[in-house]
Amino acid sequence: MARAVSTRRKLIVTLLAWTIGIAIFFPILWTVLTSFKTEAEAIASPPSLFFFDWTTENYAAVQSRSNYGLHFSNSVIISLGSTLLGLLIAIPAAWSMAFVPGKWTKDILMWMLSTKMLPPVGVLIPIYLMFRDTGLLDSRLGLVIVLTLINLPIIVWMLYTYFKEIPVDILEAARMDGAALWSEIIYVLTPMAVPGIASTLLLNVILAWNEAFWTLNLTAAKAAPLTAFIASYSSPEGLFYAKLSAASTMAIAPILILGWFSQKQLVRGLTFGAVK
Amino acid sequence: MATAHSRSAARLMISPAVILLLGWMIIPLSMTIYFSFLRYNLLSPGNESWAGFDNYRYFLTDPAFFDAMGNTFILVLGVLLITVVGGILLGLLLDQPFFGQGIVRILVIAPFFVMPTVSALVWKNMFMNPVNGLFAYMATAVGLEPFDFLSHAPLASIILIVSWQWLPFATLILLTALQSLDQEQLEASEMDGAGPINRFIFIMLPHLGRAITVVILIQTIFLLSIFAEILVTTNGGPGTATTNLTYLVYVQSLLQFDVGGGSAGGIVAVILANIVAIFLMRMIGKNLDA
Repeated sequence: MARAVSTRRKLIVTLLAWTIGIAIFFPILWTVLTSFKTEAEAIASPPSLFFFDWTTENYAAVQSRSNYGLHFSNSVIISLGSTLLGLLIAIPAAWSMAFVPGKWTKDILMWMLSTKMLPPVGVLIPIYLMFRDTGLLDSRLGLVIVLTLINLPIIVWMLYTYFKEIPVDILEAARMDGAALWSEIIYVLTPMAVPGIASTLLLNVILAWNEAFWTLNLTAAKAAPLTAFIASYSSPEGLFYAKLSAASTMAIAPILILGWFSQKQLVRGLTFGAVK
Repeated sequence: MATAHSRSAARLMISPAVILLLGWMIIPLSMTIYFSFLRYNLLSPGNESWAGFDNYRYFLTDPAFFDAMGNTFILVLGVLLITVVGGILLGLLLDQPFFGQGIVRILVIAPFFVMPTVSALVWKNMFMNPVNGLFAYMATAVGLEPFDFLSHAPLASIILIVSWQWLPFATLILLTALQSLDQEQLEASEMDGAGPINRFIFIMLPHLGRAITVVILIQTIFLLSIFAEILVTTNGGPGTATTNLTYLVYVQSLLQFDVGGGSAGGIVAVILANIVAIFLMRMIGKNLDA
């Protein structure tokens, strides 16, 4: 029995929901709009929402005054690199825990999760000193290593919850049909596992892209990803609103788009399967 | 169906992940514990000496530590209060049928994907700046004095920024939980004459209980380690007004080069986080059995 909803009620909810939605989104909208203004228009009073002379000069200025391309590619390399490396390590682990569970499987999973609860300041100093002594400070490789390790528990967990949903019966059916272990993995399991792996990849790229403790503390200039580059606008350059906005828009746009695709996986990944 | 052969293969497949995480946890953590008992300053290398519990004594009796503890609690509790209450209300609203549900959902979730340094700087400069910020303009437009948020209410301003980032997370999870609520149960209670408030208190809230707990615990883990937002807005100031435990350890170790003191602070932070983690682990563990 579908509940009858009066049109009037629906209209009121629509109005309220859109007002709140736009209010929450407004800082992002405002940043994007400001990035197309001149510096004078960006601080003009009264501010104008849409009716100004649209310009793309800030984007050119950000690139020419600082090496924006370098930081952008650092972000791409660090977030993709750490995620792929993490998947490489996590897929076999999650796979075997889901399909060949042993006595210790649950304890291993819980213990892995507990490493995620370790606050980063608890290990900041040793990591900083080790990196300094091995030349990993301000290097992409160093950040790839750290981000792989801090996201590994989430990757294992997400994959585990996805693999767990693959019916084991199908494996036995394939085996009855005489499939060898490897053809079983390639033809039966892989196609069923790909969606889970893809969502895990997506969520972890997002998490790594936005990670702002290690990236700020372990990089200076060379390997700084966008999180650290944007932080350099904290003062007084941040008062150039249009340029700050252009740099910010480019930094958040790719991940905003990826994020919208991964809404559902977000809940699952970040609650370790506790809420689905 | 698991044979001895497949078991040993399974062990082999798990071991890289286990060994790496074990190394990541044990090596640096034991180094931190070791450092925390040393007099060790990066400015005078080679002069390390055993300090016993001195670092802990200094750190735990430092007035900055009490400020930092207080700020950490206010920051975590403030953000939790805003995001959980706001998330329940928003979840209830977005769960109703209305036009453009998909788009509004996207708008509400968006802040979660903005990197911390961007959201902190955008709020600090473009909204909270007392001269050119949008809030200052709005205040003058209605005849009020512009308010200098980050100087006069620094901690509240940071709570606002962080809440903006985490409200989408709470909303998304609570909305997901609401959507799994049994509609027939709601209808039955409605027919029995339960009003909307009673329905909320006796049916929805108990159903949401688990999701709310998960939101609180997971956010607490992340909120205890807030760092970037403080670094780019206030640098922990004015004074120690916005220094939380994470930021204090950062100042002590990487700005004042006091490895011993910073390590003691780090261990204190680990102990605090563990208290929260125990509860979270228990909840997730229960779910694993089901």
